[in-house]
Amino acid sequence: MSNHSDSDSPLVRIRDLVYRRGRRVIFDGINMDIPRGKVTAVMGPSGTGKTTLLKLIGGQLRPEQGSIEVDGEEVHRLSTRELYRLRMRMGMLFQSGALLTDISVFDNVAYPLREHTGLPESMIRKLVLLKLEAVGLRGARELMPAELSGGMARRVALARGIALDPMMMMYDEPFTGQDPISMGVLLELIRSLNDAAHMTSIVVSHDVAETAEIADHIYLISDGKVVEEGEVAQIRESENAWTRQFIGGRADGPVPFHYPAAEFGEDLFGEGA
Amino acid sequence: MLNRIAELGAAGLGVLQGLGRGLLLLPAILAGTLAMLARPRLLIRQLYSVGVMTLIIIAVSGTFVGMVLSLQGHYILSQFSAEEALGVMVAASLVRELGPVVTALLFAGRAGSALTAEIGLMKATEQLSGLEMMAVNPIHRVLTPRFWAGFISLPLLAAVFSALGVLGGWFVGVGLLGVDDGAYWTQMTYKIDFQGDILNGVIKSVVFGFVCTWIALYQGYDATPTSEGVGQATTRTVVQSSLVVLGLDFILTALMFGE
Amino acid sequence: MQTNRTMEILVGGFLLIGLVALFFLAMNVSNLSRGVAGEAYRVTARFDNVGSLTERAKVTIAGVRIGRVERIEYDSKTFEAVVTLALDNRYNALPDDTFAKIYTAGLLGEQYVGLEPGGGESNLKEGDEIAFTQSALVLEEMIGQFLFSKAEEKSDDVF
Ligand SMILES: Nc1ncnc2c1ncn2[C@@H]1O[C@H](COP(=O)(O)OP(=O)(O)OP(=O)(O)O)[C@@H](O)[C@H]1O
Ligand SMILES: [Mg+2]
Repeated sequence: MSNHSDSDSPLVRIRDLVYRRGRRVIFDGINMDIPRGKVTAVMGPSGTGKTTLLKLIGGQLRPEQGSIEVDGEEVHRLSTRELYRLRMRMGMLFQSGALLTDISVFDNVAYPLREHTGLPESMIRKLVLLKLEAVGLRGARELMPAELSGGMARRVALARGIALDPMMMMYDEPFTGQDPISMGVLLELIRSLNDAAHMTSIVVSHDVAETAEIADHIYLISDGKVVEEGEVAQIRESENAWTRQFIGGRADGPVPFHYPAAEFGEDLFGEGA
Repeated sequence: MLNRIAELGAAGLGVLQGLGRGLLLLPAILAGTLAMLARPRLLIRQLYSVGVMTLIIIAVSGTFVGMVLSLQGHYILSQFSAEEALGVMVAASLVRELGPVVTALLFAGRAGSALTAEIGLMKATEQLSGLEMMAVNPIHRVLTPRFWAGFISLPLLAAVFSALGVLGGWFVGVGLLGVDDGAYWTQMTYKIDFQGDILNGVIKSVVFGFVCTWIALYQGYDATPTSEGVGQATTRTVVQSSLVVLGLDFILTALMFGE
Repeated sequence: MQTNRTMEILVGGFLLIGLVALFFLAMNVSNLSRGVAGEAYRVTARFDNVGSLTERAKVTIAGVRIGRVERIEYDSKTFEAVVTLALDNRYNALPDDTFAKIYTAGLLGEQYVGLEPGGGESNLKEGDEIAFTQSALVLEEMIGQFLFSKAEEKSDDVF
């Protein structure tokens, strides 16, 4: 497909990325390399910009500075047409599922196929059932999205995300709202999809233990910076105080639990009160 | 004081920015027209939810407005022994003014608000982002068919409104109040000019259809993606559409009928 | 698929209803069905005073409507009103000495042009002018004349 796809170069290469929301700096010059064919976990406290990162990679947001390359193509230099062609090779699982609410589960999964492949309907039916079977929801194909639980909706969205057999899947918080069994199923699914289809996966999550179980590579981000990166074992053994607190889930430590604010006492008794 | 002025300035800038975004949205919507024609089903679906679903309220309102016009008109005209002119009066008010304007107002309340809420919620639930990530342009896929559906529906709805109004007026005037049947229709056909009255009325409703649908789509697409934001956007659709329709009606009437 | 079919039928029905309504407005409510614009011939008539005659008022002969007033202009040389009448082509055999008069329908009703055919040999054609006209009766003038003649009667008595 692309002349850059030699298997050593990273699939996603982020350089000096700067992104701001209003005055708040979300990313302050970060560099990341997402290796091909591996499961890379991106972890960090809530509100650090993990969702934002995925949207930047998908070309839905525009960085202020820096570059993002996916499979050798610089996302923000592409024409609309080229960007859309690139997106056909990326799947994204949104935090909310983002299913189209006016069509059934079946039609949701069939949507990208009907949109981009022009396959006959009988073929599409087979493919859709295959994908739904993979997420264990073949029986729910006639339901409307409003009739699904949050966890089921996420799994349908996953089936839709992999409908076109993308080279890369981005998962935004895939585990929240899943019972232990379906969480286990999802973990296995992500792993097996990754290995069987030679996909590259980016998993954004706070669920440290579960994510560490399937990830090959971990990025920890906080305050617009990459705190630490490495293989799972490396991160587990890390001496970094921040990393130890985040992995261990302790309340005290260098990770601030609070959104940046003035001193509490000042807020309570200061002039604004 | 200075703060007030600054606030005013910021508000003014906000309005201008909104206007600019709205203007930019229009060519993007129109650019999807060809792609839409390749999938007429999308348009049919929207014609259903925008047109068919609005038809009932338009039909009922039109009939009753015509009946009331006839009742009131008969009362006034009978004081001058000019009941013959009832048909003209009813038809002229409907075709020139009430048909296009009331239909547009009802359309904004029924279809426009629904369009805004639907698109706003699609944005809030990341369905639009989801389409984008599936390499589908959400403007072309979601907004364009809705735009054409509104643009096509409103003139037809206005025609239904006027036609049923004339019939409702006939029912009350001729059927209940005893105006001569022949006079009702003949006077009408001599006084209502096809070009001057009917076509101008249709032009009005075409303009209203364009503007009302555009406002509804823009408000939905630009809504803050929260339940509160969608609620506010829906309100804005109805308020802005109504004001714009009344203002435009004045201008169009002055251009068309003011000699 | 069934629901799709229903939806298509309903949408088709909606479009049809809308078009029928438009057609109804054009053919039954407006003057389109009468085709005055295309199939009419125009003649002019000069009046000293048209009263409150308006454009699009009716033109009748023997009480039957045969056309409408198309334009009313003022001729600043002769100080007269020039009224253009659009007459239906079906009634193209009017003698050239036809008489045009402005009538009022009812006491306060609208004014219209009534034609009375004469006995001339040739017929009125497109662009001809009707030579014999009588102006509108203006109510104030009539009352004025009436009072004037009464006053004269009285003064006759005195002398
Ligand atoms: N539309 C927006 N306008 C302004 N600020 C925004 C907007 N969306 C996100 N933000 C800000 O950007 C920051 C990053 O948001 P993002 O959704 O990427 O966080 P996240 O890491 O995915 O958090 P979580 O784990 O809770 O999902 C947040 O602090 C938020 O305040
Ligand atoms: Mg997030």
